[in-house]
Amino acid sequence: MRYMLLICVDDSVRVSGEERSPEPWVEEMQRRGVRRDGSRLRPVSDATTVRLRGGEVVLSDGPFAETKEHIAGYDIIECEDLDEAIEVASKHPVASFGAIEVRPFWEE
Amino acid sequence: MSADVDAVVADAFRNEWGRVVATLIRMTGDWDLAEECAQDAFALALERWPRDGVPQRPGAWLTTTARNRALDRLRRGATEASKLRETAVLWRTDEPEDDGDDGSVRDDRLRLIFTCCHPALPLEARVALTLRTLAGLTTAEIARAFMVAEPTMAKRLVRAKRKIRHAAIPYRVPPAHLLPERTGGVLAVLYMLFNEGYAATAGLDLVRGELCTEAIRLARSLAELMPDEPEPLGLLALMLLHHARRAARVDEAGDVVTLEDQDRTLWDTTEIDEGLGLLDAALRHDRGGPYQLQAAIAACHATAKDAAHTDWARIARLYGRLAELVPSAVVQLNRAVAVAMADGPAAGLELVDALEASGSLAGYHLLPATRADLLRRLERPVEAVAAYRAAIELAATDAERRYLARRLAETTGQR
Repeated sequence: MRYMLLICVDDSVRVSGEERSPEPWVEEMQRRGVRRDGSRLRPVSDATTVRLRGGEVVLSDGPFAETKEHIAGYDIIECEDLDEAIEVASKHPVASFGAIEVRPFWEE
Repeated sequence: MSADVDAVVADAFRNEWGRVVATLIRMTGDWDLAEECAQDAFALALERWPRDGVPQRPGAWLTTTARNRALDRLRRGATEASKLRETAVLWRTDEPEDDGDDGSVRDDRLRLIFTCCHPALPLEARVALTLRTLAGLTTAEIARAFMVAEPTMAKRLVRAKRKIRHAAIPYRVPPAHLLPERTGGVLAVLYMLFNEGYAATAGLDLVRGELCTEAIRLARSLAELMPDEPEPLGLLALMLLHHARRAARVDEAGDVVTLEDQDRTLWDTTEIDEGLGLLDAALRHDRGGPYQLQAAIAACHATAKDAAHTDWARIARLYGRLAELVPSAVVQLNRAVAVAMADGPAAGLELVDALEASGSLAGYHLLPATRADLLRRLERPVEAVAAYRAAIELAATDAERRYLARRLAETTGQR
């Protein structure tokens, strides 16, 4: 079962770079064979949102939804079930000050 | 004759529904298929049993029939996915019956309840799903129990089952390290299940005993599964101490008898003794919790030789501690009743009025019913009559309505 972990942070929450670093988590999950892919993402100030409206491409600067929390990165994990995915997500450093949304892949 | 068989099927439905569904989910991994096939099996029983006689082991007959229906349906489906599942069904039925995920739990129904109570599901969906799949309540009954419209409840159930499938919520009893934290949710669900049976928010009969028995059975399994956790013991004690009073709760006409008027010789002393013993065992762990507190309150009633000897001051204190752990308006209402008994109706009414002003119990018939009783005792009959009328309006069962109507008549007569 594949899940996407959406790593959500709130920039107003101050944490040190060390607490933020996902490296040990990435290494552990690679070793376990759970993590398949993932990356940090550039900040929402570098984002462009694309919509097609009435045949016109409408662009807006920034993320698709303005919220206090935004997606700072993602990881794709392969797990036995939701319990394992929750366990993996809860070990991510961002879980302790931000939030991790666990989304199952559309598999049928 | 056929009416007898109908009764046997109805009985089997109450006793076996959860077992059949739980086993079918394990075999097929498909919740909707499991429910549909269980329904088919019960329909077939209604048709066959009057003709062929009731099988010796109705539960086994129903499970086998439901399993064969599942195989038929999967074969007719004939997709790759359903072929795979068909193989799984055939293969899994060869497993020994007691093959538990971690070897410690051998009950499909427990597996089902832990899955129904998974914390990734919204709380109301967990309770609804347990009542639907395990206890076999209809969507309409569950909707009524939770005071929501039936389509809302149907949607809630569909959404929960969809999430279990799509997010791969595992069908199992959680492994040891997850067990304690997952238990709280299961306890809450079992207690609601018990209350559904005890107070019967739906239907004409006040006590749907089978639901209580089912809740007690599940609580017992849970307590055995987690001998180091006091709260499952507390919950089981609480259920038994309440259940012990069932014969005295309703009179021959089916009317409610309040605790103070109950014939205490009708109380089941075996259940009371077991409940008290379990509560003692729970308290020895020295880790209090809401179920142990409620069991302690029930124990105060169970051990009072008559209503006049009830230690209301202690009960009021226990409710006070419970209110600290559980921020619930219903607990506050019960505390108000205990305070009224310990310190007089005026002190209780003050708390009830504050609760009413907060609006948190709007639509709950016991709020105006409690107010009415306190006003009657304070000899304010005009206000008491208005409150009784409001309570009758909101009451969910006929028995409760009759009880309130009787009190209303007494109060009107008093005027």
